[in-house]
Amino acid sequence: MKKILRHRRHPIAHFLVLGIALLAIGFGYTLLSPSNAAIATNARSQAVEEGRQIFLKGCSSCHGLNAEGSTQVPTLLGVGAASVDFQVGTGRMPLANNGVQAMRKKPVYNAEETAALAAYVASLSPGPAIPNAAQLNYERDGNIAEGGQLFRTNCAMCHNYAGQGGALTQGKYAPSLMGVEVKKMYEAMLTGPQSMPVFGDRAISPQQKLSMIKFLKGIDAEKGQGGFSLGKVGPVTEGLVGWVLGLGLLIGVSVWLGAKSK
Amino acid sequence: MTTGKRIGGNVANFVDERTGAGRALKKNLGKVFPDHWSFMLGEVAMYSFVILLLSGTFLTFFFVPSQEEIIYKGNYAPLSGLSMSQAYASTVDMSFDVRGGMLMRQIHHWSALIFLAAMVVHMMRVFFTGAYRKPRELNWVLGVGLLTLGIVEGFLGYSLPDDLLSGTGIRIAEAIIQAIPLIGTYVAFFLFGGGFPGTIFISRIYTIHVLLVPGIILALITAHVLLVWFQKHTQYPGPGRTEKNVVGFPLLPVYMAKAGGFFFIVFGITTFLGAVASINPIWLYGPYNPSQISAGSQPDWYMGWLDGLVRMAPNWETHAFGHTVSWNILIPGLIVPGIMFTGLALWPFIESWVTGDKREHHLLERPRNAPTRTAVGAMALTFTMVTLINGGNDLLATHFGLSINQIMWFSRIGVFVLPPIAYFVTKRICLGLQHKDRDTVLHGRESGRLVMLPSGEFIEVHEPIDQYARYSLTNHEQPAVVELQLEDAHGVARPGSVKEKIRARLSRGMYGEQVQKPTEKDLLELEDGHH
Repeated sequence: MKKILRHRRHPIAHFLVLGIALLAIGFGYTLLSPSNAAIATNARSQAVEEGRQIFLKGCSSCHGLNAEGSTQVPTLLGVGAASVDFQVGTGRMPLANNGVQAMRKKPVYNAEETAALAAYVASLSPGPAIPNAAQLNYERDGNIAEGGQLFRTNCAMCHNYAGQGGALTQGKYAPSLMGVEVKKMYEAMLTGPQSMPVFGDRAISPQQKLSMIKFLKGIDAEKGQGGFSLGKVGPVTEGLVGWVLGLGLLIGVSVWLGAKSK
Repeated sequence: MTTGKRIGGNVANFVDERTGAGRALKKNLGKVFPDHWSFMLGEVAMYSFVILLLSGTFLTFFFVPSQEEIIYKGNYAPLSGLSMSQAYASTVDMSFDVRGGMLMRQIHHWSALIFLAAMVVHMMRVFFTGAYRKPRELNWVLGVGLLTLGIVEGFLGYSLPDDLLSGTGIRIAEAIIQAIPLIGTYVAFFLFGGGFPGTIFISRIYTIHVLLVPGIILALITAHVLLVWFQKHTQYPGPGRTEKNVVGFPLLPVYMAKAGGFFFIVFGITTFLGAVASINPIWLYGPYNPSQISAGSQPDWYMGWLDGLVRMAPNWETHAFGHTVSWNILIPGLIVPGIMFTGLALWPFIESWVTGDKREHHLLERPRNAPTRTAVGAMALTFTMVTLINGGNDLLATHFGLSINQIMWFSRIGVFVLPPIAYFVTKRICLGLQHKDRDTVLHGRESGRLVMLPSGEFIEVHEPIDQYARYSLTNHEQPAVVELQLEDAHGVARPGSVKEKIRARLSRGMYGEQVQKPTEKDLLELEDGHH
């Protein structure tokens, strides 16, 4: 110790001490400071806070200051991040007007804001989470034939046999599923927006959901088997084409043949 | 004489000496038919039926009429490994794996739609021109029979592939059968061999679709055409055309060439549709499963009005003595169609009873000159259109942003309100056109030439029409109202039966209001020049 102390006035001594002290603080900080997870938590709570602010401005006038809802408006407690991501991400929420049904439109909030809102609502009460990309690999995990079968059993009665959408009562409707983002379809099944029932993972397993999505994407991509599809809505358009184009042409030819004799 | 001619002559002679065909052909090939485009609508229907027979025969080579469940192992991946009936699997195979199968299926289905549509349009032509009047009432009834059978045949064909859509249709047909009071349930059990769907209805429907109904249709078409042959074709009125002649062209060569060519045109247009437009994509509907249903399940258009009637029916049911009478299906599914088709078949007889006209008619009438008939036709078409529109209510709702309930209420009210409106409007239009005809005869047609008189007055010059045009506008009959006879032949008062009173009232409704066509006297007075 004396040996070390003897050098205490050495010209580089105080640099050394300073260095040691800095290192100690550095390591100490590393040891004592919040862990990575805690940083993330911090960031999340920041997102939650950000989401809360957006919520208070954009949503609370209907859904209530604590997302508790009212007799007219559903509560958001327990709907989960997936529901927010679906409703806000497809532009259905915030509601443009008080129609029979929220319509798909251009989203009001961007992806970050939507994520913040989702984080806030999820922080209030547990609910279905937003599925990640690994959960949505329908090409790998889905079975198209099984998906078709499940779709016809569970979905076609509202969405039509080829996912073209269909009418419900009082002006409500099941929207077309063509061109809809995979994640959104998955979330819709998970959360049951508006008139749609919830298809929880116990009723329809995640793999089965992906099968249905694969079936729908298959229809979306199917190149007109047998010619123009006429909208894939069944015999109504076929009848229209039969009368207008088919019989129309034939009557035209009849008139032509009849006129030639004069 | 060349060798070819000699051989041909010998063959013809051989046949003629044994069958007497020469005389019959000589007589019949020169037969004259009047010419008008609207006379070709029935031809379209007939040629479509021939196309149906040809394409249908092709389909029977590959279709398996069995409900036996198999696992699909064909080329269409979205159905791979699913359990389905042989009927469905064979139709999918026919579409994707048989060369030309898809085209043939689509030709067959488009042709069916056109067959029915052409029959309806043909029937409209016959109705609105009064072609069904004596002696052709029976041929009208045959036509109604053909239309009915055509609808049945079409529905059976639509049901054969055993896909989700057709199975739904069969399910509704079963419901309509069950709605027949007392015997409905038993009839349904008998037809389906037990509960729905059972395992035999496809094979039964198949036999009826490919054998029984086409056979009857073919026989009826033959009778229909033979009657036209023997009764002669009606013609539009005009100079030189009377009840006793037929003005037109001979069968050979004019109509042989025309009709032959027209057949290929019909075939060509049908094939064109089959080639470019998808119809009945059963691979998308999926195999039938009674636990499944698709939104927007509709029948083909010729059943659409029936579906529309069922869709607008209120849910009335009566429960009595442990039985249910389903008025909600019985009325729209059986009673209303029964009234529609009975009325259609009886119309010629009703009309001739009301008018008391028992003479033969070979000259057609212009729709405007029979305003009541035209108005009744417009009324019937309006009724059918409202029901047809309601048959597609779900698609109208989604595609035009409407509420399905609003459309239903529109139809429920419209089906009662709109036909009478159509009746009155049509009748007024017809009478208006009669006024115009009268005007044209008396004052000539508007030339569009304005002349300023020295006094400064402007007049439009009317050009007199020639005598042929004048004849065409004035040759029609204007029947008198059948008045109630309140005195008998001896001048003794009689009350008149209820039947006579009804008839007198209907007759007044039919002929009571008409625009008097110009007489020779009217014309002479005008030509004397007070105008």
